[in-house]
Amino acid sequence: MTDTKKTTRQANVTSKTSVSVLFAGDSGDGMQLTGTQFANTVAVRGSELNTFPNFPSEIRAPAGTIAGVSGFQLQFSSKPVYTPGARFDVMVAMNSAALKANLKDLHRGGIIIAGTEGFDEKNLKLAGYPDGANPLEDGTLDNYIVFPVPVLQFTREALKESGLSSKDVDRCKNMFVLGLLYWLYTLPLEGTIETLQAKFQKNIQLAEANIKAMKAGYFFGDETELFANLGRFDIAPQKQHGTYRRVTGNEACAIALTAASKKAGLQLFLGSYPITPATEILQTLAKKKKYGVKTFQAEDEIAGIVSSIGAAYGGALAATNTSGPGLALKTEALGLAVILEVPLVIINVQRGGPSTGLPTKPEQSDLLMAMYGRHGEAPMPVIAARSPVDCFYTTYEAARIAVEHMTPVICLSDGYLALSSEPWLVESPDNLADIAPRFQPARKPEDPPYLPYKRDDRLVRSWAIPGTKGLEHRIGGLEKQNETGNVSHDPENHELMTKLRAEKIARIADTIPLQSIDNGPLKGDLLVLGWGSSYGAIKTAVEQALEEGYSVAHAHLRYIHPFPKNLGTILGNYKQVLIPEMNSGQLIHLIRDAFLIAPVGYSKVQGVPFNEMEILAKITDLIKES
Amino acid sequence: MTDNDTTIIAAPARTAKDFASDQEPKWCPGCGDHAILQQLKNVMPELDVAPENVVFVSGIGCSSRLPYYMATYGVHGIHGRALPMATGLKVARPELSVWVATGDGDALSIGGNHFIHTLRRNPDLNVVLFNNEIYGLTKGQYSPTSKIGLRTITSPSGVIDQPFNTAALTIGSGGSFFARAFDRDGKYLRSILKRAALHKGTSLVEIYQNCPIFNNSAFEAFATPDSKADKTIYLEQDKPLVFGKEKNKGIRLDGFTPVVVDLDKEGLSTSDLWIHNETDINKASILARFADIHDKSEEVVPRPFGIFYAEERVTYEDALTEQIRDAQKNGVASLEDLLKGESSYVIK
Repeated sequence: MTDTKKTTRQANVTSKTSVSVLFAGDSGDGMQLTGTQFANTVAVRGSELNTFPNFPSEIRAPAGTIAGVSGFQLQFSSKPVYTPGARFDVMVAMNSAALKANLKDLHRGGIIIAGTEGFDEKNLKLAGYPDGANPLEDGTLDNYIVFPVPVLQFTREALKESGLSSKDVDRCKNMFVLGLLYWLYTLPLEGTIETLQAKFQKNIQLAEANIKAMKAGYFFGDETELFANLGRFDIAPQKQHGTYRRVTGNEACAIALTAASKKAGLQLFLGSYPITPATEILQTLAKKKKYGVKTFQAEDEIAGIVSSIGAAYGGALAATNTSGPGLALKTEALGLAVILEVPLVIINVQRGGPSTGLPTKPEQSDLLMAMYGRHGEAPMPVIAARSPVDCFYTTYEAARIAVEHMTPVICLSDGYLALSSEPWLVESPDNLADIAPRFQPARKPEDPPYLPYKRDDRLVRSWAIPGTKGLEHRIGGLEKQNETGNVSHDPENHELMTKLRAEKIARIADTIPLQSIDNGPLKGDLLVLGWGSSYGAIKTAVEQALEEGYSVAHAHLRYIHPFPKNLGTILGNYKQVLIPEMNSGQLIHLIRDAFLIAPVGYSKVQGVPFNEMEILAKITDLIKES
Repeated sequence: MTDNDTTIIAAPARTAKDFASDQEPKWCPGCGDHAILQQLKNVMPELDVAPENVVFVSGIGCSSRLPYYMATYGVHGIHGRALPMATGLKVARPELSVWVATGDGDALSIGGNHFIHTLRRNPDLNVVLFNNEIYGLTKGQYSPTSKIGLRTITSPSGVIDQPFNTAALTIGSGGSFFARAFDRDGKYLRSILKRAALHKGTSLVEIYQNCPIFNNSAFEAFATPDSKADKTIYLEQDKPLVFGKEKNKGIRLDGFTPVVVDLDKEGLSTSDLWIHNETDINKASILARFADIHDKSEEVVPRPFGIFYAEERVTYEDALTEQIRDAQKNGVASLEDLLKGESSYVIK
């Protein structure tokens, strides 16, 4: 068995608080698997962790090109981390395209571990380097610490007696790199060995080859003189005791829907059509049949939501998941769900748009569509998740609001949260809010007639589901008479119903928590108001600014419609309000409209998340200018 | 005296009236929809299903107003989307009797995609397709089943699109049940609706329905005493395809081609004719094409009515229920299991 302490030459081990690592290579190089294994190892050891994969939209983009570069970034730390790192400290570049695509995000003085075979003439040309130029040799990397490692050659040597085909041998090269990184960060190999044994249990030869390649990488670190000056690093694990699991945002959404259905005593129905980057929600739920979950892969986005409306009418907790173009297709059905007043959760995992746009890249550009993108006046609650783990709590809350207020709810995530992961302290069922469906009980013939649109003090109607005796009634998309639900074209009635539908959503503000300040003083120079996946970057930047003595605070919105009741008061407590968004400024419209203030916008529309350095620079500039 | 002194009073048998809602139908006088509604109300008591367990789902169009007039549960949705709504409902609540009222525009134009996919999936829905070959509610535009040459407000020079053949589309989409009926022939319509309701799977009943305002008499040839006997053929299981006023004409199959024969003139007996078999998809496919067989724009074979095809096949919701049952054979997983997941780890 591997003994990570037994080394032939004791390299110095330096303690560090956090490290951000990027594994980058061609899409065929297995970088996602490598990164995931590394992440699992540090998570299980108890490090704080945040991961973010970055890969091309094509399944197999041309090998060796910039378009084909696949990356997996992670930050692990002894203290809480909220982003994968604004810049990375270490970059594994399996080929020259991976280096070229990512060098700008490597810290000056950072470490590059380069697989030299990926820097041959052919690869350099594919990556677009001019003839004769090789960054490993021509001095362009003088500001970095470069370790050229013939990864493929060493992997082949290690596996020369494995009996595997040369193709299979070459595919083990990512494990060599993983082993080398485990050595560099004094991490154990056992977890990955177990994973490989389980993954290849039907092909022991392959399992052993991968393990052997990983060990070869580990011992290479130990034996080579290459790292003599650098030494090794240790990031001491600090996580509190407890049972954890690592979740991505998409997984968390799927778990939350299932949990909400269990807590509410309802069956879960998901009507869905595959669309990047939302599909994993459908995939995850399709595997939850032992919880009684029903998934329906519809013929299109419209059938996805309409089938969910049918299931909701039948008394299920119904949901649909999509991304921008799909939400556009669903908008007519959203209007129906609003006028029917049935519960429905719509998870929109935003991506760069318009049209197909940047399908694998995140953006926050569907906020105004979520708010207003419907025909007629069709208000519905809009809430947004801030982190992979928060995707659980926000989706759960969306389900609670939908069921308890008989309304469709849009829950916003994005491509960054969808695929990022972080450790989650396993939640106890008792800590989850109760969800109480308001089913209308059966009616006896002598009882007064059932009124489908009679409302309670929150203006919520009851849920009368087929199969309940005495409640037979007809509802639909036509405007309905107040209380009876009969078709009505009466002018006054339409205005009344329009107001009632809007007021019902507005009154949800009575049941949601007040807005809190995430960090910083309750009054001060600047409030950074964020929503969605920019949480980690803003959180980290504000922490830093506070350390530097700035008067700055951070508030992050989950509830965008309706806003928390105290939001206006909070905004008034700061001289300036900064709203960073991954769009051209959408929340800022809503804030100006609701509170008649003039916040400062900060937009980034690059299909790339904000990083903490950008936000920090903006904070300090604003405060210094004022 | 028995030890059971409660008397079970049998509920009085339901009648068509028990299925009539308090809303007055708002269709035009003389519209075929009235007759179809009446037959749906008539057939309900025969099905031994309580009103609270019946749901009518519809899209948009004249026919889609039908749910408002039935004293059952009903949802009137959006244009073309009745089938996925009904599918979602049926998947969530397999025990309900779910009906879909739709039209040629709703089902075959804006809802065409849902139409074909619903049929291949085969959820247990009863789909009643009111085909009047015109858009009624939007006032007289041509529909995907309008005949070539039909002059309408949007085809002033005549329709140039080839119409859909509903029967062929249904069978081609993998539908498990297709029948055709006629609004004017109430008794026959009711018998077809009953068979459709009893069919487990998606049953598609195309009803030729007259729109007296925008496409009056589109199906007149199949109704008037003068031509009805020669222009229609009523399908009966295991019976020869015989038609004509004197029942002296029939259909034979020459290879894949249906040929009209005169039994008297050609000295044939009914046993020489095509014997109807509603489980034979090849014959059903040929029946479906009868309407397309023309000679100098005249239809040469009579228009079939009745059950073309009925196949017993697993329904979507049953297959899904079975998968769930299988996944739960060792018990229903708990919320605790869900939250913990399968790859949790402990930090000590």
